Formats: sequence, structure tokens, C-alpha cells
Amino acid sequence: MRRYLPIFAASLMASVATPASAYMAYISNERGNTVSIVDTEKMEVVETINVGQRPRGITISHDGKFVYLCASDDDTVEIIDTATNKIVGSLPSGPDPELFVLSPDGKTLYVANEDDNLVTVIDIESKRVIIEIPVGVEPEGMGISPDGKTLVNTSETTNMAHFIDTETHEITHNVLVDSRPRFAEFKPDGSEVWVSAEIGGTVSVIDNETREIKHKITFDIPGLRPESIQPVGVRISADGSKAYVALGPANRVAVVDTSTYEVTKYVLVGQRVWQLAFTPDQKHVISTNGISNDVTFIDVASDEPVQSVTVGDQPWGVVVAPN
Amino acid sequence: MNRKNVPNFLLSLVFLLFISISGAYAQGGSNAAAKTSIEIRIGYLRAFEAELALSVLDIPPVNAGVAGAEVGIADNNTTGSFLGQKFTLDVVQIKPDEDAVEPFNQMVQSGVKFVLADLSAEQLLAIADAGREKGIIIFNVASREDALREEQCRINVFHTAPTYSMLADGLAQYLIWKQWRNWVLIYGSHEPDQLFAEALRRAAERFGGTIVAEKEFEDTGTARRSDTGVTQIQRLMPVFTQELPNHDILLAADESEVFGGYLPYRTWVPRPVAGSAGLRPSSWHPASEQWGGTQIQNRFEKAIKRRMISVDMNAWTAVRSIGEGATRTQSGDPSAIAEFIRSDEFQVAAFRGQRLTYRKWNQQLRQPVFLGDGSQVVSTSPQEGFLHQVSELDTLGIDQPETECQF
Repeated sequence: MRRYLPIFAASLMASVATPASAYMAYISNERGNTVSIVDTEKMEVVETINVGQRPRGITISHDGKFVYLCASDDDTVEIIDTATNKIVGSLPSGPDPELFVLSPDGKTLYVANEDDNLVTVIDIESKRVIIEIPVGVEPEGMGISPDGKTLVNTSETTNMAHFIDTETHEITHNVLVDSRPRFAEFKPDGSEVWVSAEIGGTVSVIDNETREIKHKITFDIPGLRPESIQPVGVRISADGSKAYVALGPANRVAVVDTSTYEVTKYVLVGQRVWQLAFTPDQKHVISTNGISNDVTFIDVASDEPVQSVTVGDQPWGVVVAPN
Repeated sequence: MNRKNVPNFLLSLVFLLFISISGAYAQGGSNAAAKTSIEIRIGYLRAFEAELALSVLDIPPVNAGVAGAEVGIADNNTTGSFLGQKFTLDVVQIKPDEDAVEPFNQMVQSGVKFVLADLSAEQLLAIADAGREKGIIIFNVASREDALREEQCRINVFHTAPTYSMLADGLAQYLIWKQWRNWVLIYGSHEPDQLFAEALRRAAERFGGTIVAEKEFEDTGTARRSDTGVTQIQRLMPVFTQELPNHDILLAADESEVFGGYLPYRTWVPRPVAGSAGLRPSSWHPASEQWGGTQIQNRFEKAIKRRMISVDMNAWTAVRSIGEGATRTQSGDPSAIAEFIRSDEFQVAAFRGQRLTYRKWNQQLRQPVFLGDGSQVVSTSPQEGFLHQVSELDTLGIDQPETECQF
């Protein structure tokens, strides 16, 4: 494995070479019942806000005005106004919301309700539930195709990726993947869906045309037991060339070449790395490290970890404002 | 014969869900359409009699184990609804000393291919031998006797219940990690007590504990509980533990609920208690919320209206193992499913933090051991630093080089 540059040097280089614009990253702290707001240029926490109980899934409206947050133990999705950083409302999510995805037009939120084997479809403007779609046991991962026509939900005990037509709200395909699928991420061109399997230790690449698995990515880290490599969050770069996969208790983020499906690097971050988010300029990937209570900024050009920032208790999800 | 069929109240619910989902996707696209329906019938054969316990809080619920199987069936059916597979549960209850073979044969005759056995070791062996030629696959969800996985092992029996040696090893690793190395062992006079005591002796030797003294607590047949009992116990237990050499912890091997629960806070010198009382090793804990455990706990509580205990989890894992085999092989054939469960491809996610598999040499489920008291999970073993070349879970219980199992 390559030796890492001392973090301060890498951070200095990154900031000198490419002065990044400041974005705000919102991090849900599952145990702390807070959201930490991190300035991505200064790489420091600028504000911490109190939210509902057990905050997990987090996303933001396309105009950057509202953060949506799953307050799982409060059975609600909270709306945070990013101008004031205050909770200004809630959406009727159904029980125990964990993860969700926003439609490309920003009008619809699709929520996975773990306890009820349902995907809840919410119209954001009217704050109404449009429909509940029965899926497999413990729905979790939610991905949406760039054209908004296909929703993919993963069910953790059923071990499937359910392809749902967003017009008819019906399941069209069920693809069996490995144990405990956690996350679904479409490639920006819509050609593939990447589904991580936490207990199975793999990422299945599903062809969006045939709806069949075309490749299964495995991970191998010398000195680590295979059982401790548990893929969770997956993010693919805007140009579609690189994928980042959070490996849970392996404390690393895998960098995958999307043309060869080869792992090009394992980036050591904090403990129990869960979810990931790109900054809008694609310069950094931010990982949430649940057990070390921090987030790590990974420099996308070099795939080096450049800075870790302590946030609240057990950071779970992360989203970066688009502006 | 006192046999009764326990109605499966979940089934109707599951069936409704099945109908609604299959209705929804029948109009959908290509591979979402249900294939020809396969029915997979699972039996649950249990020897049960209302038991006494030292504390009324420890009396097992009347549907212990069965409830776990029911929730497992519901989970399998949600998945099965996408694949055209339907799982059913037939529950038959007998008395602890009754013949199990006849009810077993009747179950098999009615079409059951998989049987969850919540039976004594003798009853289990009897049905295993009766079912072998008929191709019936049995899951032992209750018996902890190591011998069932060793000299008495059977090719058609998988074990989701942990063994006495796995439980003892899980506890011992934690005590060593805590550096509580000097143990006193108090064991009961019944056979299960002796088996657990033997497993604790073996664990001491394996992991570097020292049993500085042993003492037997004889069951004289007194009532488990009586109105003024507390006063007497408060005087009795200090005296019983008075002349013990210096020790860090007191281990109780009382699988028969005779004295274990009386030890904590009543010993002559102030020492913690573990084993059958105090810090107990188990395959599940009603308060476990790690590794996604909250989800199964919520699902269980919603359906059953009580917390999930170890035998429920053993049964759930057995049903899910069968379900996983049926999903991956797209078949309801017991020999194909058993073959898959034995293969390298098999894994089941069961809220224990890593994939669970069966040991090929004796078909025992590899699993972590929970250590908890009445309300908290204190730790889970294997503990950090107990290494193994195959799986750290194989540091718990009898390992391949020592096995006496020959199929």
C-alpha cells in the first residue's frame, strides 16, 4: 500500500493548487440528535443544530434552500431552512424512515420505511403521501435514475434490488443481490445501478437495460478479515469515471475505476465509515465515520485523505449544498 | 397423547400481503411476474411444559421459539412473494418426556420437509434417525449439548442453538479480557448443570482462567419460590459461599433454575456472578440494538407483543437459513437447499454484525455470543485479540481439529 503524505502537507497542497469554493456540508449525527454544518473550504464545523431523534438519511433540495432529514425515531422527515438553519416543517414519512432520494425534478421524495416493508412516495409541495409501495423486508437503499423514471429500492433481509416504475408505482424487476443490500447509486448516464451488500461484502453492478447483474465487485484488504469489509455508501463522480465505496468497519473508502471495476485504492479514513458525498465542484468526497465521530475529506484528484473534522456523536449521513 | 396445533396467527396477515404484492406485480414487467408457486412447509416440533424459575420474570413465554419461527416465516414470505415461493409453519407440541417420533412422522406424512426441533437431545436424535431416509432436514433450535454436534452428530441436522462450549468460551474470553482470571465454579446436581460446568472447565483451560475452587449445590427438591423465601435465601447463600479461596468472579452452572439466581449480591465476599446468573452468555439478547438489531426487535415486538429471546432468534435464523437456500436455489427441494446451506456460497445476515455460516464439519451455526444481564448487553464475544486462521467465530466452541463428528 502507498504511504500517505502527512495530512497537513496534502491539505496545504490541495488548498494552494486549487482554491475550493466554500460549500456547506450537512452531517446527521445519529446518536447526538444533531446536524453538524461544516464549511467545506475551512473544513471546520460552523454550526450545530438540534434535530429530532436518531437522524440518519439526509438530502437537500436542488436549489439548496431546504435540507430534508430522516428523524427515524420520531417517524418523520424534518425540513431545515438553510438560510436560518431552523427546522421549519416536516413531511409525513411513515414509520422509521432511514434513507430517501429526491426525484430529479425536486418535486417528489421517495422514502424507505424499514419497519413496514414500504417505500413511501411524498409530494413535497403539498406535503402529502401519494402512495405506499410494498417492497421486501427492511427497505433501505434508494436510488433514482437521472431521467427520474426508475426508482431502485434495496431490501436488507430480502436481499433484492426492486426496480420501481415511477409512473405506475409498480415493481417491474427484482434483482437478487448479496446479503444486506444498503445503498443504490445510478451512474450519471443512467446505464448502471451500483448496489452495495454490507454482509455479503460486495457491490453488484446492475445493467439498467437488462436489469441483470453484469459485474460483482469484491474487496480485499491485506491484514483484514473478509467479514470486516462491509460496503455501505456508494457515490459515483459526475463524469462517471470513479466510484467511491464506504467499507464500514474496514475503516476505508474504496476507489473503483468504473470502466474496469477494479479497485484502484483503499483510502484510510475514520472508524466505521458509513455514507459519502461529493462537494459540488467534485474536488472532495466527504465520508462519515460513525465510531470516531468525525468526517474525512478525501481529495478526488489524488485520492488522499486531506483532513478529518470532528462532528457530533455517531455521524451517519452527509449532503453538501449545491451552491 | 397431548398434542395440539398452535394456530399461526401471522399466516393470515402474511397471506394478505402476499396476495396484494403478487397482484401488484402481476401486471408489471418481465421478471417481476410470479413464477409457478412453490410451497415450502416447515414444521416446529416442541417439547414444552410450563416451567418454574427462581424469578417469575425468567419463566419462558408460552410461545418461546415458535414466535421466532413465525416472524421468520413472515420475512421469508415477503421475499417469497417476489419469487413465487410460499412458506408455511406447522406447530406440534408434545410433553418433555413423550415420544417424538410418532408426531414427527405425522408431520412428515402431511408434507413437511423441514423440521425445527425444540426438543431434548434424546428426542432430537430419535427424529433425526427417523427422518434421514425420508430426506427430512432438521434444525436444532434448543439443545445445547456438544455431543449432538460431536460423537452424536447427524448429517440431516443443522444447529442454530449454540453449544455449552460456545457459550462458556464466549464468557471466558470476556473474563480474560477483563483480567478476571481466578474463578470459583458452583454447579448444580442435574445433568445440564454438569455439562455447562464441564464446558466452563474446558474454557478455563483454553483461555487461561484458573478455577480456584468448585462446589456442588445439590437440588434437594425445595420449592422454587415461597412467600417468605427471600429471608431464608439471604442467610443461606453467604454461608454457602463462605469458605472459598480468593477469587475474581463466581461462576454458576445452574441450567435447572435451582440456585443460580440466588447468588448475585448474596455472596460472602462481594464478587460478581456469571454463567447461569448475573452476566449470562446467550445467542441473542432482548435488548440488542446493534448491527441493525433494532429492526428485527421492532418487527418481532410488533408481531408478537413481547421482546425477542434467544430461542426465538435460533428459530428465526433456522427459518431464514431455509429461506435463503430456497431463494438462491429457486427451489423447495430439501436436499438442494441443504446442499446450498453446506456450500461456500451460503451466508445469512442475522443481526450479528457479520455473515453467519455453518461449520462444515458438524453443521453448527457460527455465531457471536452475547453477554448480558437482565437489562443490558454488556459485551459480545469473540473478544478482540482472540484470533483464528479461518474465522474468529471458530474461537468459540469445539473447533475442527478437535471434532469427533463423522457423518
